[in-house]
Amino acid sequence: MMTESKRRQKGIMALMAAIALIILSIGAEWVAGNVDGMSMLLPVLTKSTAYSLVAVSMNLLNGFTGLFSLGHAGFMLIGAYSYAILSIPVAKRIGVYQYYDGGLIQFSVPEVFSGFLGDSIGTVVGMCVTLLIAGIIAAIFAFLIGLPVLRLKSDYLAIATLGFAEIMRTFIQYEGSAPLTNGSNTLRQYVTFDHLYSYVIVAIICIGSIILLVNSTYGRAFKAIRDDQIAAEAMGINLAKHKMMSFVISSFFAGVGGGLMAMYMSSVQAKGFTAAMTYEILLIVVIGGIGSISGSVIATCLFVACSEWWLRFLDVSDNNILGMDLLGPGFRMVVFSVIIMIIVLFFSRGIMGDKEITDVFKPRNKKKEVAK
Amino acid sequence: MSENILHAEHITTQFGGVVAINDLTLDVNAGEVVALIGPNGAGKTTAFNCITGVYQPTNGKVDFLGTELLRNHPQGKIAKIYNGDHKEFYSGKALAPTPDKVTKLGLARTFQNIRLWKSQTVFDNVLIAKHLRYQSGLLSATFRLNHAEEAKMRAETMALLEEQNLAHLKDEVAGSLPYGLQRRLEIARGLATNPKLLLLDEPAAGMNPQETQELTDFIRKIRDDYKLSILMIEHHMDLVMQLSDRIYVLDFGKLIAQGTPAEIQENPRVIEAYLGVADDVED
Repeated sequence: MMTESKRRQKGIMALMAAIALIILSIGAEWVAGNVDGMSMLLPVLTKSTAYSLVAVSMNLLNGFTGLFSLGHAGFMLIGAYSYAILSIPVAKRIGVYQYYDGGLIQFSVPEVFSGFLGDSIGTVVGMCVTLLIAGIIAAIFAFLIGLPVLRLKSDYLAIATLGFAEIMRTFIQYEGSAPLTNGSNTLRQYVTFDHLYSYVIVAIICIGSIILLVNSTYGRAFKAIRDDQIAAEAMGINLAKHKMMSFVISSFFAGVGGGLMAMYMSSVQAKGFTAAMTYEILLIVVIGGIGSISGSVIATCLFVACSEWWLRFLDVSDNNILGMDLLGPGFRMVVFSVIIMIIVLFFSRGIMGDKEITDVFKPRNKKKEVAK
Repeated sequence: MSENILHAEHITTQFGGVVAINDLTLDVNAGEVVALIGPNGAGKTTAFNCITGVYQPTNGKVDFLGTELLRNHPQGKIAKIYNGDHKEFYSGKALAPTPDKVTKLGLARTFQNIRLWKSQTVFDNVLIAKHLRYQSGLLSATFRLNHAEEAKMRAETMALLEEQNLAHLKDEVAGSLPYGLQRRLEIARGLATNPKLLLLDEPAAGMNPQETQELTDFIRKIRDDYKLSILMIEHHMDLVMQLSDRIYVLDFGKLIAQGTPAEIQENPRVIEAYLGVADDVED
């Protein structure tokens, strides 16, 4: 049983880990700016941060609640668009919505906040509030789509959520919604975080909340649903309510992650949020280990670094092997796929299985004899 | 006459043209152990599933602790092909609570094929069963604004495990326990929901005579310790005869006999249902 002091100790450890991560991210930013050949570090880490939040949110749904949903690109899309639409400065709207007379919305949340909190603080607070709103909008969509869809099981749920994501993408590109979403044109010139540590702080807060949730009594109920739905219901866990909770919370964080992605990309277009993006995240979750939050984070960093950075040299076509023009644009994806296959073959339960990074450092307790 | 806990009335369940349970009426009174027996396929588990809300009966109603728990009458397609013996339909809107609501009212169950959360520890299995009495909302649970309630849950879980002699196993993964202990844990998990009535679906399945004897004592003990009523399905006649106050016998979905163990043992229809031909049985 956990005592008061032990819990406090745990809290302090978590806080220290968070501070260490923030300091590391500041350090990484310095390295990226000042060390030769490391310039890719910054975008890779930024993208990793946004992606890991989405991966963890997907893990909450797929790994902890056992609901196989493939709608994450859709919720990211909603989050990204909500963030972008709400944070383009008013003065720049006419340029962004050039075909639609500056668009429907004529205010910017960060500007509203900077109006009474001062320019620098107000903008940051406003951006955080906008991220929150982006998450909430994604959560509302999740609630509405969840009402009919969560009655479905396994594969059928996956198909329905996948369909939802595609519908959202099409809807945003639709001419009729263009005054709001700018149709198939890009949204740009919205305010973004300047530093890596801002992304990291947001991600730490969000992932930390998910960790706390997973270890709370509701998280335990989610795991019960995953392990045996019939038993969970027989033990008084309201399936509809808890599945909806998990779905909405997961989508909320996917929305926030989408907002971070929008910042990272500095312009968003619905075209980019395809089903392939959901598969990428699913791949990360599977590689990291279904049911392991730290696994998802580690896998995200490795995945993004491999696909964007470490394997880049394979795309340069002038280092030929044996005179053959094997290497060329796109070849890194071939190598990448092979690596993924090898990982899946040899780590069939992912890098971490369902363990957390903290379990690795724990002293292994002696296996007790099971008394008959 | 002691207080009535469960009163099921004219329960009929029809799947397509097949009448799985036909006009079953049964009562469980406070402090009683009631057994539901019958050959394989007689509809015993279906009866459990109807009472606990897994299936909706086609016709009939169930009262629990004096209030109506569920009620239904044939509707739609099934009304045309309704084939149950009890032709009088219950009127009014169907009342069909989901299993979690039934459990919340104080009616816990175990399963024929053990359904523990196998990847989780013994402690967590019982702790999760405490979730249904949890008061605080999602946010206060997530951000730990409710130490007291969480601590109380854990303390109650620990106390229950100690009472059930499972405390030394609390960190074991449930799936790794031997079969008999898994059964015990499943019952402990049911007890964690604070039931008034415990439904045991073949608690002694797969047990040897010694384990069965232990289980008999165990069931008697929990009935007294937790002031429970117990309704169980069982094939081990030793256990049934020793433990039950009353027995209901089902055959092909129909109630063929009810009474005390002594009465049931004498009943020719029961003997016929179990052994086939009554003439061959001599005593």
